[in-house]
Amino acid sequence: MSLIKQDDRITVDTFLEGIWRENPVFVMMLGMCPVLAVTNSAVNALAMGLATAFVLVASSLLVSLFRNLIPSEVRIATYIVIISTFVTIVDYTMQALSQEVYNALGAFIQLIVVNCIILGRAEACASRNKPLKSMVNAAGMGLGFTLALLCLGVVREILGSGSLFGLPLFGEQFQPWVVMVLPPGGFLVLGGWLLFFEWLKTRKQSLAEGVTHG
Amino acid sequence: MSKKHIVLHTAPHVKKPQDVPTIMRHVVYALLPIVAFAVYQFGISVLVLVIVTTLACLGTERFFNWMGNKPSSLSDWSSTISGILLALTLPPGFPLWMAAVAGIAGIAIGKAVFGGIGYNVFNPALVGRAFVQAAFPVAITTWTPAFFTGRFSEFVPSSLTLPFMMPPETAEWVKQVAVDGFTGATPLSLHKFQHISTAPFDLYTGMVAGSAGETSALLILVCGMYLVIRKMMNWQIPAWIFVGVAVTSGVLYLINPEKFADPVFMLFSGGLMLGAMFMASDMVGSPLTPKGVMIYGLLIGFLTVLIRQFGSLSEGIMYAILLGNAATPLIDTWTQPRLFGARRKSA
Repeated sequence: MSLIKQDDRITVDTFLEGIWRENPVFVMMLGMCPVLAVTNSAVNALAMGLATAFVLVASSLLVSLFRNLIPSEVRIATYIVIISTFVTIVDYTMQALSQEVYNALGAFIQLIVVNCIILGRAEACASRNKPLKSMVNAAGMGLGFTLALLCLGVVREILGSGSLFGLPLFGEQFQPWVVMVLPPGGFLVLGGWLLFFEWLKTRKQSLAEGVTHG
Repeated sequence: MSKKHIVLHTAPHVKKPQDVPTIMRHVVYALLPIVAFAVYQFGISVLVLVIVTTLACLGTERFFNWMGNKPSSLSDWSSTISGILLALTLPPGFPLWMAAVAGIAGIAIGKAVFGGIGYNVFNPALVGRAFVQAAFPVAITTWTPAFFTGRFSEFVPSSLTLPFMMPPETAEWVKQVAVDGFTGATPLSLHKFQHISTAPFDLYTGMVAGSAGETSALLILVCGMYLVIRKMMNWQIPAWIFVGVAVTSGVLYLINPEKFADPVFMLFSGGLMLGAMFMASDMVGSPLTPKGVMIYGLLIGFLTVLIRQFGSLSEGIMYAILLGNAATPLIDTWTQPRLFGARRKSA
C-alpha cells in the first residue's frame, strides 16, 4: 500500500483545469512549436488541435490502463511507443480525409509524438490515475490546446488573409497583413493573447483584493 | 559698506533642470522644422500623416498606462517624438490607417511591453516602421512626387484609403500631377535598380522623392546640430555612423566604381541622416561609453551600406539601427571601463 492515496474522484475541475487554469499553451507554455508554426489559418489550427487532442486522450487511456505494468525505468520509452501508435493513426487518417490540410500541417503531424503536453500528461496524470479520470483530464487539456490554437489561428487568418475558415470577410479590396501569416505574426499574436490573459488575471486579483479591503 | 551675502549650497549646483521631459521637448523643437519642410514639400497628406501617427502613439501609450494601472506618461514627450519620427520615415502618400497601425505597433511592441520609457530595447518609431514594412511591403515602397501642384488642397489618393482596404493605384494620378517624368523611385532605388544617379545638390536640399522627412539632408543636419549644441544629444553616435558609412562605401567604390555608389551619395541619400541623427542617438538604445558608441556607430554604418548594396531592399538604415539597438547590451558589457586599481584580466 502506498502512503499517498490518490484522489479518485472526478470533479468538474478535472476537465476544466486544462481549459483555463492550466491551459497548456497560455499558462503552461507547452507545445510551442505547433502553436507558432501551424496557426496561420483557422482550419490548420483546428485540425492540429483536434489531432493532438485525439492522441492525448487515446494515449492517456492506454498509459493509464498499463500504469501498473510499465516498469518505471523504461516508462518514457513506453509512453513514446504508445503515443507514436496513435500519431501514426492520426497521420494516415488525416491523409485520407484531406490531403490539403495534411500538406499544410506538414511534419507537425508526425511531431505530435514529441509534443510535451502529451508526454507531460502521461507522466503527471495518466500514470497515476484511473483510466476514466485521466481521459477526462486529457480531454480537457486537448480542448484547451485546441481553443488556444484557434485563438491564434482566427486572429492570424482574419488579419493575414481577410478570411475566416476560408470564407472571405472583407471583399476583394482587403489589404492582407503579410506579416501575420509569417512566423513573426505567430509570435506577436501569441504575445498579445498572453498579455491579455495575464492582464485579466491580475485585474481579477486586484478586484478581489479591493473587495476584501474596502 | 555694503553687506555681502554668501550663499551656501550643498550639491548639486545645477540650476537648469535637464530632466527627461525637458530634453524630449527640445527634440520635438528640433524636429518641427523637418516636419514643416516635409509639409511644404509634400502637402497636407504629410501634415495629417504626422498627426495620425502621433495620436496613435499617444493613444497606445495611454492605453498601456491604463492597463498597467500607472499614471499617465504622456507628458514626458517621448511618445510624441516616436510619432513624429515614425511619420517622417513613411512615404508621403502612405495610407493613414496603416500609419495608425504602425504607431500602435511601434509603441506596443517596441516600448510598452518592455515597461515604457527607459526600458525599451529598440527605437519604438523604427519598430513601428519595421512592422508595417513586414505587413504592407507594397504600400511602404510606393513613393509620390515632391512639389506636385495642388498639394496643399488635395490629398495623395492613397492617403485616404478606408481601413483594412488596399490603397488605390497611384500611377495614373502621378502622371497627372508630376511635373516631369517621375518614376516613383527614391534616389537609392534609382541607383540600385536602374543605375541612375541623382544630382548631389538635389540630395542636400531635399528636391527628391522619398519618405516624408528624410529628403533634405542639410536641414536634418542643422536641426541635429541644435541638439548637439544644447548638449542634448551624443554627437559621437551620428559621427561614427557617418565614418562607418563613408569607409565601407569608400572601399566598395574603390573596388568597383561602376557598381557601387560613391560615399557622398551614400551619406546624403535615403534615411541615413534622419536615422543617424534622431534615431540611432536615442539615449535608451545606444551604448554608454565612448568606446561602445564607436563600435555601435561603425556597426550601424557598415550594416547600412551592406544592406543597401547587397540586400534586396534599397534602404538599410532601419534594420541597421534595429540591429545596433539589439547589440547595445552586448557592447555595453564588452566596453565597461576598468575600475581604477582593478586588475587587468590576464589572458
